[in-house]
Amino acid sequence: MASASFLKSSPVLDKSEFVKGQTLRLPSASIVRCRPAAPSVLTVRAGSYAEELVKTAKTIASPGRGILAMDESNATCGKRLASIGLENTEANRQAYRTLLVTVPGLGDYVSGAILFEETLYQSTTDGKKMVDVLVEQKIVPGIKVDKGLVPLAGSNDESWCQGLDGLASRTAAYYQQGARFAKWRTVVSIPNGPSALAVKEAAWGLARYAAISQDNGLVPIVEPEILLDGEHGIERTFEVAQKVWAEVFFYMAENNVLFEGILLKPSMVTPGAECKDRATPEQVAEYTLKLLHRRIPPAVPGIMARSFLSGGQSEVEATLNLNAMNQSANPWHVSFSYARALQNTCLKTWGGRPENVKAAQEALLIRAKANSLAQLGKYTGEGESDEAKKGMFVKNYAY
Amino acid sequence: MSCFTNKYADELVKNAAYIGTPGKGILAADESTGTIGKRLSSINVENIEENRRSLRELLFCTPGALECLSGVILFEETLYQKTASGKPFVDVLKEGGVLPGIKVDKGTVELRGTNGETTTQGLDGLGQRCAKYYEAGARFAKWRAVLKIGLTEPSELAIHENAYGLARYAAICQENGLVPIVEPEILVDGSHDIEKCAAVTERVLAACYKALNDHHVMLEGTLLKPNMVTPGSDAPKVAPEVIAEFTVRALQRTVPAAVPAIVFLSGGQSEEQATCNLNAMNKLKTKKPWALSFSFGRALQQSTLKAWAGKTENVGKARAAFLCRCKANSEATLGKYQGNATLGEGASESLHVKDYKY
Repeated sequence: MASASFLKSSPVLDKSEFVKGQTLRLPSASIVRCRPAAPSVLTVRAGSYAEELVKTAKTIASPGRGILAMDESNATCGKRLASIGLENTEANRQAYRTLLVTVPGLGDYVSGAILFEETLYQSTTDGKKMVDVLVEQKIVPGIKVDKGLVPLAGSNDESWCQGLDGLASRTAAYYQQGARFAKWRTVVSIPNGPSALAVKEAAWGLARYAAISQDNGLVPIVEPEILLDGEHGIERTFEVAQKVWAEVFFYMAENNVLFEGILLKPSMVTPGAECKDRATPEQVAEYTLKLLHRRIPPAVPGIMARSFLSGGQSEVEATLNLNAMNQSANPWHVSFSYARALQNTCLKTWGGRPENVKAAQEALLIRAKANSLAQLGKYTGEGESDEAKKGMFVKNYAY
Repeated sequence: MSCFTNKYADELVKNAAYIGTPGKGILAADESTGTIGKRLSSINVENIEENRRSLRELLFCTPGALECLSGVILFEETLYQKTASGKPFVDVLKEGGVLPGIKVDKGTVELRGTNGETTTQGLDGLGQRCAKYYEAGARFAKWRAVLKIGLTEPSELAIHENAYGLARYAAICQENGLVPIVEPEILVDGSHDIEKCAAVTERVLAACYKALNDHHVMLEGTLLKPNMVTPGSDAPKVAPEVIAEFTVRALQRTVPAAVPAIVFLSGGQSEEQATCNLNAMNKLKTKKPWALSFSFGRALQQSTLKAWAGKTENVGKARAAFLCRCKANSEATLGKYQGNATLGEGASESLHVKDYKY
């Protein structure tokens, strides 16, 4: 968090200075001569975008609103389309995303939408840019910037998240295209440890991504997902989550990330999917809030929790969990960043047919409104459909 | 286990929260024998046990003062001392609704290879000492780590060493029923501006909380005693509102909401300055999930000492001065201090001593 000036002051000269031909001075305490601290200027971290980042983060974290995650990669989107008997073509993806972004009044309950790269550059079936439609709906466009998970060498069969190469120019380009926030999802697996290496890598990758995103005007959503797979109980999840978040924040601090300009996407603290002891929404809320209280600096404006539909949760359960977390005041806005928990019923209702678009959009709006109420702690669960209550577990779920 | 839970967990949480009760704060009366000697000599009083005892009795038995306090930090000698009529000080405090605390560190020593940076000693046998202090009535402890700002300071080494020392101390305290006050003081000495102090404070606090988390310390059962974020002692002064903004912002960026209270050290500020700054912080309209209060030594006792001057006939006057500062700071925790509370002699005097060593 130090401003750049005194990060450079170090009694031990780094290699680059030696290479430049300066005399290598012995780092003795009394004759240390380093570059003097730069004359103090206002410590503006995150380059010139600081104010905008803070404003964008606050807008996304506005009361009664949350994020619609619609950034499924083409492969993953293909699975969704296949589930309703549709081919994975660009036209179909375009049709589906058009359906989502044009839901009338969506902006009342949704403050941000995360897009996949293809969608960021797409137009709706009416020929309007997707980002323009979103902005008109008062929804901030976001963009997934990671390049997926790959095996982590030297670990216990764990993964790490790629995407730092060229990230600066990509984020700059996305900003030009209209994106104002970014998302990077890394994972940690409890059955595989997690090893200290995997946790460190996940945290450091997130920290670097966050710093680079801010440098290019995008509010980074920081998402270290603790995978649901496993037989472990809620205490173990809690323990691992505390460790992971401690590392994430420490490394972000080291990377001079502006905490007022980030958002978090934590996984709620629950038992593992195969654990025989289940937890009530109140228990999940209690553990998750405790985690947040112990690890999240109040400067962070918003916590956009992810759901666990892949872990057997239903849309309604996701809403109930969020509602339970908003029964008393929190130092940060606690809201949702849901993909399937918002889209599931909508997708099924659409089934790929134009005549079903209106009904599908209504279904999405119903979920969005329910989660909006949950964000305000006012969700009652009345009038929920059966579809919304069905769980959907996929073992070893991978994006 | 993510953070230990033992038989003291609930008590630690309760006591830590109590310290942060609105309208209350901590009197740091834990000056070591050597340090209190300096205070006494400044008013021409001999540094003998009886005088040290008298001074503390003067403070603790000031009518009305204990209502403004939630805790008093004691030096070991004082923990076992009594009033002139034979009542143990710990009982006086407890009956007044004040938790007794105990300084447990053993001072600082220099870190080899640094430019005069230090680490704090005291971990050896700390567990047994804490258990003993708990039996004697102490319910919280204090350990002061010291860092300074310079061209190359604080170094990574000094930050790491002090943060991890604090974390070890904190874990051991909690094991023995004492709420640890985590005190990473960044000295005010220097000509740096407030931004530099803010950046260093944020860096140090981030490291401290990383260390505490690594050591499985239960944050709900701890307190933080940081410096306020101010310009260096040789730099131009700024208004209390500016200090408040920079300080609270630094804390928002580093201190998880689980920590119930932050009790500032006064570090050489005058009595009045310290109170005004604390007041400004409590008036600030922004996210503050922890209580913001005081843990003042010099900034509570300065004018009291001057008024006392070691003479029995001055006790009344001295107590009035002490009560005045207690009330002022109590109001400051509520953002209600109006300023210039019947200024005792010395209330506006800077208490800064360069390179201050306990």
